[in-house]
Parts: sequence; structure tokens; C-alpha cells
Amino acid sequence: MRKRPRLELLNKKRIEKIIDEALGLLLKVGVFVENKEGLKLLDSAGVVIDKKKRAHIKNDLVEKCMETAPERIEVYNREGDLSLDLQGYNVHFDPGSAALWIYDYRKDKIRAPFTSDLIKFAQLTDKLKYIKAQSTALIPSDVPKKMADRYRLFVSLLYSSKPVVTGTFEKESFRIMKDMLTCIREGDKNLSQKPLAIFDCCPSPPLKWSDLTCQNLIDCARSGIPAELVSMPLTGATSPVTLSTAIIQHTAENLSGIVIHQLAKQGSPIIYGGSPASFDMRTGTTPMGAIETMMIDSAYNQIGKYFNLPTHAYMGLSDSKALDYQAGLESGIGAVLAALSGVNVISGPGMLDFESCQSLEKLIIDNEICGMAFRLIEGISYREKNPVFELFTEEFLERGFLTSAHTLKWFKEEFFFPSPVIDRLNLGEWEKKGGKTAAARASELIERIVSPDSFNLLPVGKKKGLYKIINQDARKYGFELELKKRFKNI
Amino acid sequence: MEKNLKLFLEKTYNTVLEGNKEEAVRLAREALRSGYDPYLVIDKGLVRGVQELGKLWEEGSCFLPELVLGAETVKTGISILQKRILKDKSIKRSLPKIIIGTIEGDIHDIGKMLVATMLSANGFEVIDLGVDVKAEVFVKMTEKHRPRFLCISSLLTTTMQNEVKVIEGLRKTGLRGKIKVMVGGAPASQEWAKEIGADFYGENAISAVRITQKESGYEKKGG
Repeated sequence: MRKRPRLELLNKKRIEKIIDEALGLLLKVGVFVENKEGLKLLDSAGVVIDKKKRAHIKNDLVEKCMETAPERIEVYNREGDLSLDLQGYNVHFDPGSAALWIYDYRKDKIRAPFTSDLIKFAQLTDKLKYIKAQSTALIPSDVPKKMADRYRLFVSLLYSSKPVVTGTFEKESFRIMKDMLTCIREGDKNLSQKPLAIFDCCPSPPLKWSDLTCQNLIDCARSGIPAELVSMPLTGATSPVTLSTAIIQHTAENLSGIVIHQLAKQGSPIIYGGSPASFDMRTGTTPMGAIETMMIDSAYNQIGKYFNLPTHAYMGLSDSKALDYQAGLESGIGAVLAALSGVNVISGPGMLDFESCQSLEKLIIDNEICGMAFRLIEGISYREKNPVFELFTEEFLERGFLTSAHTLKWFKEEFFFPSPVIDRLNLGEWEKKGGKTAAARASELIERIVSPDSFNLLPVGKKKGLYKIINQDARKYGFELELKKRFKNI
Repeated sequence: MEKNLKLFLEKTYNTVLEGNKEEAVRLAREALRSGYDPYLVIDKGLVRGVQELGKLWEEGSCFLPELVLGAETVKTGISILQKRILKDKSIKRSLPKIIIGTIEGDIHDIGKMLVATMLSANGFEVIDLGVDVKAEVFVKMTEKHRPRFLCISSLLTTTMQNEVKVIEGLRKTGLRGKIKVMVGGAPASQEWAKEIGADFYGENAISAVRITQKESGYEKKGG
């Protein structure tokens, strides 16, 4: 018997009040929709659209759409095995996505990432035990910008088996990216039955759906690829300043997204997520490591659970630009709070500099944080069947419990054993091993962990299939020769 | 400087620090009634106030809402004083013109609004094109208004690449050499500015003001 520890910042009454206010917001203020198809869907459902393209959505339509959105979403790896079971309080971590920069540990410098970095990142993610999905984590700077979003997916699918959290930068990318996923699954139907990727769809605060993101939402719905709502109110900047009003706006934006999505195709999978932040009134930045950001995350996750929907949040990441104390504390607090809140998809590991910079070394360290968070939510078990005084025999009272049968039976189950990235040596031993920091130890581990296994496991036919898709794209940008050079191993 | 004027300018300066728009309106009207040089009131009263707020903000002792409120107070005052400037042909000094907007595909307003507000509070004539502005509109408006600077904002990695089209458009129409282009927003950087052939990267509103002031030689005049 054990109790899963939970964090709940809102009581039922407050959750219902927030939802009520959000419904009022949708009806009275409405949500701006730029996309023609989105407007058409809403119009056909009887939604009043005003001159400013704001859709005033009534409660009954929201309720109807909430009923058809699935409570459980399963996401599978490249080989078709279940990787993410998004429901209830199940927790899964994936690296923060779409970083413009990489922290180069050896050069101690933040720089633009290359394809080789993304390959290494995917290979590393593939090997990390507590990171259950990969993401298209880096935007390589050595490809034409116009094709960067789909190129990321191409590389990720080649080098890691884990399912991918991704997104598009251009409307036309969706089709190309879907083709890649279909190529792996060998058919559209197989893909919708066993999704391999999750696509982020971000409304623009306050209460707006841009043409691109609304189209993403509709495309995802129609193809059965899980869409992940990433609503991002910024307190006092793109939303009212208090945490509760930001949560109300977040709720309204997500509900509007669910309506558009379910109108496009009933029953399609959608994740109740977000990336809100407490806007920093001194610097004008959006700190993901701020405690208030995490409080909003935890609270909206509770609302998602109230709706019985799978949830997501950007937590377990840091605003620091270095692998320092700040990076550790913000990532640690975030991952632990997210796990306690039971967020189903937690995107963040590896990330520095808000959501802009990835680090392979941090990803390894964060993997340990995730492991600890998993241990925490397992809670404290009561394993003993006999009275406990029986353990205190004369022998063990004198010698200690190190070799008692009880110790030998349980110690491996009771404790989380971190990798050597976490230092638990005494001072002398630590000095003898070079007196290295966690970052230095992580850097050494990378070379040992990264392996070509996943690439080798992908059947040649599928590699060639993926290559064909990206090569067609590359041709449009005069990039095919360079592509051929880079991937001559296919 | 006569004592009354000195006191008046001090009062105007403090009004900006307090972010009191109603008082700024009253003082601007009083300045016109008293026949004070409107540029002197702008430079030594209003703009000096917002510059002090900018300094305090950089030190961390003033918060963004206070800075923006101060900037809006300056704009309110300037809008009244400018009416006189436009009427009176004996006062000659045209303020540098700046065009600003958020790039196509991006409907984020806040960062661009902050920069636009700070620029106009510092005496520039700002033409704000709004959000989701197509590259050809940036080019067309540059051709029409002939600004000294063109500022392009983007908040998304997905949309920033559209900024390349603006630079290309300016080159094609022969306007590129005639204006300075500054990019800003969360995903932008010095490297990005360099890569796409922009002149500057403005990391925040204060930095945008500093760059434009320095480049237009307005820094010294502004005091």
C-alpha cells in the first residue's frame, strides 16, 4: 500500500470558478481566428463571428466538443511499441523542443547548432532511461531555413527510436512531416492507430489563433496525429497580471483550441498543454524557472485533469545560460513539481536560456532529476508484513543492518541509484577522481552513452523512404548535393 | 534659464517619473500658454524624465509597467506640444522617422509595442504598422515615408525567417542603402541580424532607443 504524492494548488470550487470565467470569456470577448478553414468550421457549428474575426463560442458547443476529445492517448515508438500512455497521473519526460542554440560545453560557449549536434542529441536521448520521448530539440543552422522544421524530424526519426514531440514552422511542412511518419508506419491508418509524434499547436495570447497554428490544429485533427495545445499567457503582458486570471485566459484559449480541433474531426487526440510564464517586470523576459510559472503550469494541469484530458507542460527547464546552480535548481524544482502534479507530458529536460538553448550535458543531468522525480511519486511503501520489532535482533542491533535479509531484499527497490553524474563520493575519493563538476562528468558520459544502435535498427527501406521525402524537399532549395554528402550512409 | 522655466521643467520631469498623464496634459497646455519653447519642454522635461526611467530600469529599480507608463506620459505631452510645432514654421527640427512592425505570420504585439512606445517617448516619429505585416508592406511603407530606421520584430522562430524577405525587397527597390534596419524579438540575435544583412539587433526597448539615438546623432541634442 502506498499513497502517490500529489500537488494540488486549486480546490474543486476554484477549478469550477475558473472554468466558468473562461466560458464567459469565450462567449463575451471571443477568440480571434485568422484561418479561413477554422472560421468556416466555427461558422458551420453556429458560432457567431464578429467583424473582428472573433468567434464567440457558447458553452454548449464547448461541452459537446469536450465530450468527444479522448481521455487517453497512446503514443508508440518507431518500432510500434507503446512508449507514452497519456492518462491519469502517468508522467513522461521529453527534451525541450526547437532550440535555436546549443551550449557547447567543451568551448564553454553558446553557439548555433549543426546537423551533427542534432544527430548526437537524438542518439543520446534514445539511450536515456527516464526520458520517454524525443523532441525535434535543435534547429540546425546548416540547412536552408525554409526546410529546417521537417529536416529536424528527418534526423530525429533516423537516429532515435523514441516517439517525437515536434511542430511545424510553415503550413506546407505538415504534409511533408506526416509523409515521414507514414513512411515509418507504412500507411496513414497505421499512423493514426499508433501515433509516432505529437505536434505542438500554439495559440497567440491573448485569445488568438494565427493562420498557421490554427491550420496545424486542423491538420492534426484530420490525420489523427495527437495535437498538443501550447497556450502561453504572460502575466501582465499578454494576459492580466494575476496568476488566477492568466489561468482563466489559458483555459479559454485551450477550450477554443479543443473546439476547433474537434469540429475538424471528432474524437481526434488532443493534449491539454501550455507554456505560460510569469512575465518578468524588470527585464521583460519570460522566465520558465520562475516559481509562479510553475504554479500556473501545475494549476492548469489540474484543470485539464478536471476535463479528463491528457496534459502537458514546459517544466524542468532553466533560464540560466550556463550549467550552474541556477540551471540545477530551476530544472529540479520544475521536474519535481510537474511529476507531483501528474503532468502527462513534461517537456523541458536539457533546456537552458528560457526555451532557446539545448545542452547535451544538461540533458544527462536532467535525466537524473527525472529519475528522482519518478522515485518521489512512487511514494513510501509499507512493505513489512511481520511486526517490525522482529527486525531488531541482537545480531543486527550490534552489527547494524547492512547484511540483514530485510536489507538485501529491499534496498534495490527502495532507492533510486543515480548514474556517476551525481556525485556521492567522499571528498578524498572525489579529489582522486579528478575533482570534477557534474557538467564535466556528464560530458565524459556522453561519449560512452551515444551509440549508432538506433540508426542501425531502422530498416534500410525506411531510411531510404525518409531520405526520398527530404531529398524532394531539398531539391527546391538547391540543397540536394549537400544532403547526399551528409547522409551517404543511407 | 529663468527660474520659473527651470521649475516648470523640473515639474514636467517629475510628472514623467510619476507616470501622471493628466498632469502631463495640463503642463503641456501651460507650456503653450506661457510661450515656452516646446522643444525645450520636450527635451529637458519630458524626454529627460523617460531617460531617467530608462536608467533606473537598467539598474533594476524601475519596473516595466512604470517605464511604459512614463513613456506614455511623454507621448501624451509631446502630442499636445507637437501641434504648436507643426503650426509654427519658425521652429525647425524634424524628428527622425522610424517604421516598426511585427513580421508576417506573427501576431505578437507586446515587444514591438514596448519598443515603439519608448522610441516615440524619446522624440522619434514612429509609424507603427502593427502585427502580421507582409514584407512588401514594409518595403512599400519605407518607400512612402522614407524613414531613417526600419525596425522588424518577431517572437517566433517560425516567422523570423520572413524578415529575410524584407531585406531582399529593400535591396530590389534600391532602398536598402538609404535606411538602417534593426531586428528584435525573442529569437533574434546579433548573429541573426548579421546573417540576414540587417544593420542592428536591438536586445530590448532601451537598447533600441540607444542605437537609434546614436545613429541619428540625436543622443546629444536629446540631452
